[in-house]
Amino acid sequence: MIGNLRTFLLFAAVACLLVLTGEMQSWSTALLIFNMGLISAIMSLGVNLQWGFAGLFNIGVMGFVALGGLATVLVSMPPTTDAWAAGGAQVLLGLLTGAAVIVAAALALRHLPKSRLRGATVLAILVGGFFLYRWVFDPGVDAVEAVNPAGTGYLGGLGLPVLFAWPMGGVLAAGAAWIIGKAALGLRSDYLAIATLGIAEIILAVMKNEDWLSRGVKNVNGIPRPVPNEIDLQNDAGFVATAQGIGLDPVTASSLYIKLSYSILFAVVLVVLLVLAQLALKSPWGRMMRAIRDNEVAAEAMGKDVTARHLQVFILGSAVCGVAGAMMTTLDGQLIPTSYQPLRFTFLIWVMVIVGGSGNNLGAVLGGFVIWFLWVQVEPIGLWLMQMITAPLSEDSALRAHLIESAAHMRLLTMGLILLLVLRFSPRGLIPEK
Amino acid sequence: MDLLNALVALSNFVLVPAIAYGAQLALGALGVTLIYGILRFSNFAHGDTMAFGTMATILVTWWFQSMGIGFGPLPTALLALPFGILACVLLLIGTDRAVYRFYRAQKAKPVILVIVSIGVMFIMNGLVRFIIGPGDQRFADGERFIVTARDFQAMTGLDEGLALKTTQGITVVTAVIVVAALFWFLNRTRTGKSMRAYSDNEDLALLSGIDPERVVLITWLIVGALATVAGVLYGLDKSFKPFTYFQLLLPVFASAIVGGLGNPLGAIAGGFIIAFSEVTITYAWKKVLGYSLPESLEPSGLVQLLSTDYKFAVSFVILLIVLLFRPTGLFRGKSV
Amino acid sequence: MSEPFLIGDAMTGGYGRGPDILHACTVAVERGEIAVIVGPNGAGKSTAMKAIFGMLDLHEGQVRLDGDDITGLSPQARVKKGMGFVPQNHNIFTSLTVEENLEMGAFIREDDISGTMAQVYDLFPILREKRRQAAGELSGGQRQQVAVGRALMTRPKVLMLDEPTAGVSPIVMDELFDRIIEVARTGLPVLMVEQNARQALEIADKGYVLVQGRNAHTGTGKELLADAEVRRSFLGG
Ligand SMILES: Nc1ncnc2c1ncn2[C@@H]1O[C@H](COP(=O)(O)OP(=O)(O)O)[C@@H](O)[C@H]1O
Ligand SMILES: [Mg+2]
Repeated sequence: MIGNLRTFLLFAAVACLLVLTGEMQSWSTALLIFNMGLISAIMSLGVNLQWGFAGLFNIGVMGFVALGGLATVLVSMPPTTDAWAAGGAQVLLGLLTGAAVIVAAALALRHLPKSRLRGATVLAILVGGFFLYRWVFDPGVDAVEAVNPAGTGYLGGLGLPVLFAWPMGGVLAAGAAWIIGKAALGLRSDYLAIATLGIAEIILAVMKNEDWLSRGVKNVNGIPRPVPNEIDLQNDAGFVATAQGIGLDPVTASSLYIKLSYSILFAVVLVVLLVLAQLALKSPWGRMMRAIRDNEVAAEAMGKDVTARHLQVFILGSAVCGVAGAMMTTLDGQLIPTSYQPLRFTFLIWVMVIVGGSGNNLGAVLGGFVIWFLWVQVEPIGLWLMQMITAPLSEDSALRAHLIESAAHMRLLTMGLILLLVLRFSPRGLIPEK
Repeated sequence: MDLLNALVALSNFVLVPAIAYGAQLALGALGVTLIYGILRFSNFAHGDTMAFGTMATILVTWWFQSMGIGFGPLPTALLALPFGILACVLLLIGTDRAVYRFYRAQKAKPVILVIVSIGVMFIMNGLVRFIIGPGDQRFADGERFIVTARDFQAMTGLDEGLALKTTQGITVVTAVIVVAALFWFLNRTRTGKSMRAYSDNEDLALLSGIDPERVVLITWLIVGALATVAGVLYGLDKSFKPFTYFQLLLPVFASAIVGGLGNPLGAIAGGFIIAFSEVTITYAWKKVLGYSLPESLEPSGLVQLLSTDYKFAVSFVILLIVLLFRPTGLFRGKSV
Repeated sequence: MSEPFLIGDAMTGGYGRGPDILHACTVAVERGEIAVIVGPNGAGKSTAMKAIFGMLDLHEGQVRLDGDDITGLSPQARVKKGMGFVPQNHNIFTSLTVEENLEMGAFIREDDISGTMAQVYDLFPILREKRRQAAGELSGGQRQQVAVGRALMTRPKVLMLDEPTAGVSPIVMDELFDRIIEVARTGLPVLMVEQNARQALEIADKGYVLVQGRNAHTGTGKELLADAEVRRSFLGG
């Protein structure tokens, strides 16, 4: 009971912070924070599934989030018909070749008798296959990328409604998680950590380099939206009238309306995922998961297939991150591969989970909101603080200029400090696991 | 066919850069491996430790330069290096006192310490960006080349040139000195042996009267020096940028793990394995093959296996292969 | 009755917050003697040794060395007071050479250790031969010699051995027992735990049979060997 009250009060406090932001800064800012807070909460739920339920140390969150973003492009952007005509088939053929090579190597590894010959065969298949793959693949890529490089230069997507991208983001991330999990789960926790960190970097490298797929560093802009355009609303007489009826000018009203629409969409997803996560936590499956986490050896001795369970939860958690990544790219309306930074998209999510309370879904959600709020607000607060501190210095002091300019980096310091303080003084987080 | 020119081109574009990079990775990996061996956790703040030490060195370098102090043909940063090491060591020891010691006393699980090191990573990262900013800094001064490509061509009469940058020379010489000193310390001095003993068997070390806090202190001291030297050499050779140093975490860890975490010799081998793989797989082999193959077989494309942006993929794949087939690394590391 | 050189007197305690493993258990060794602790697996023999060495907290009872109460001292402090201990498991530095193992044994000494090292090599000649080899590469019997040698390097006033013959062949075992007797003859009291009860009691001046953390039988080695019940229960008839 006390626990419930505490949870309620903590969420109420977050709501107060948002209202305060609305009143003191602007409602637009408050809604922006709220929307990204919702997305952060979902990412945090995903990591909590892996770490809180199962003790899996995944620091490749960024990769799964980025895959969600890629899914948004692949699902919702219109297909580039010229590019498909120029080299689409060839690119697909190349990818199939690559897949076939890997399958062939795996089959050889599995079915040939263990010997030096087997190693040589597998190596030969891989090396020969690599050149074959490049030989098929490269011309296709060149052809695709040559088609209007300034405007498209990539294959485009399926042209479906963007909301389909959200589950698709989950599926894409789940697929990647399956591959990684097969290879790396079962490794020691810090090895798994490095492996996931590496995979995330590779996913990002693919997105930055494979222009035919994601336009690389040229970014994809103008991703379709699941909500109306501000301009259309402002030109809608009915909307303008309603807005003026409640005393708002049409521009502000349209912007708020759009943000609120996003809020509702995101909130629905969060609630659905949260309910599912809670059900999972309380189910026999969830209990078994935690039993494995608390004593892997004993669970294994009792006949539990630890690696298989870990694989399940790893895939689920990554899928949730993928969904959140797709939602975020939808909100941004563009895919910018260079904007994915591990500190922001992996480690910050970890801070959310730890601060919120690992093992507790509500805690993870709370952590998502609290940390996101701080992440956004520390910058203006830091700037203000620096201006106060440096006020006695003369206007043209170099130190003053430097300090004020560097205030933006207070964020990282603050996040590190919060993480360390929570770990030290409240290691089970704001809302501890029951 | 012209094997001599092929060899020179190979040295110029592959061997020399890979040796320098390998030495830098090895020094970084030695720090990671020492922390793992003695403090028994994977320190995710190591990339940022390298960044901090390098930043301190750069600041002192600038100060020296502003006072007109130089080091002749060598980079001024070498003069500033001891000060950078000092700053880095002080930061590490302060961090240990304020943060890690608590968890040591609690006998916390390694994974908790890893998460703690993520917090430290944030703080160090923020500190570095706060002080020097997130941008790119070049701080190498003095003579740029030991041998330029043109000199080499003039000397040998070959078509290909072999350039040897001062920073590459310094990297290799410094790395050799540092590694020799480290191994001498670990294998020949009483304190060094006590560190190895502690890493090998903590309980028995206690029973032998080895003071764990002293071992830990000396470890941070060495790690600070190694991290700063590694960072400064890398920065001289390429450039200093906080984010790049954070990203070095992956190849540095890959080196340490491939060699066997906790095993210093392994860290060095791992550093060179990772560096050579990265450079050979992302190098465009057209020129070398052009010289070494008969004219009819001369390649038309660049013969670059992967674009340089995929260099992380290389360390990663090697890491996975080693972990899957030899989980404790090539040189039998330890596991906590 | 004179005070034994080292005594764990009526010790009661266990690991951390777990249940008590020892219950008013007493073991002691007199100057110049060999005392042996025997008993079934899990009886608490190793626990008693660790208790004497200060590696777990006692609720009740005392540990006294040469008349001084040392119950509150840390293991390291006990090493400085002249106690040497060879634990049952993980009792050597496997990645260090034999010589380095011995050196580390003498870590707290500031004086010249070469004399002591020579004595250890004289006692265990095979170690001199293998002194540059990693201790982890040695055979089981040689590892035990390294372990004992390491403990001797502090020139202890009392030596505690937990199953020094575990996992070695019978021939090596006899050899090891001979060496231990040799050490004891120099006047160094030895307190040891042994699985091979009969052989151990044969060389023991004093024997303790522990069962479930309690003293079941106590006497001279000969008395225990002659005791019908001890023979039936612990010596296989
Ligand atoms: N480190 C420990 N922590 C908790 N319990 C232990 C530990 N070591 C041993 N025990 C328990 O103490 C009891 C006595 O063990 P031990 O002293 O090793 O027996 P012995 O050496 O006589 O075979 C056993 O029940 C064992 O499970
Ligand atoms: Mg025992």
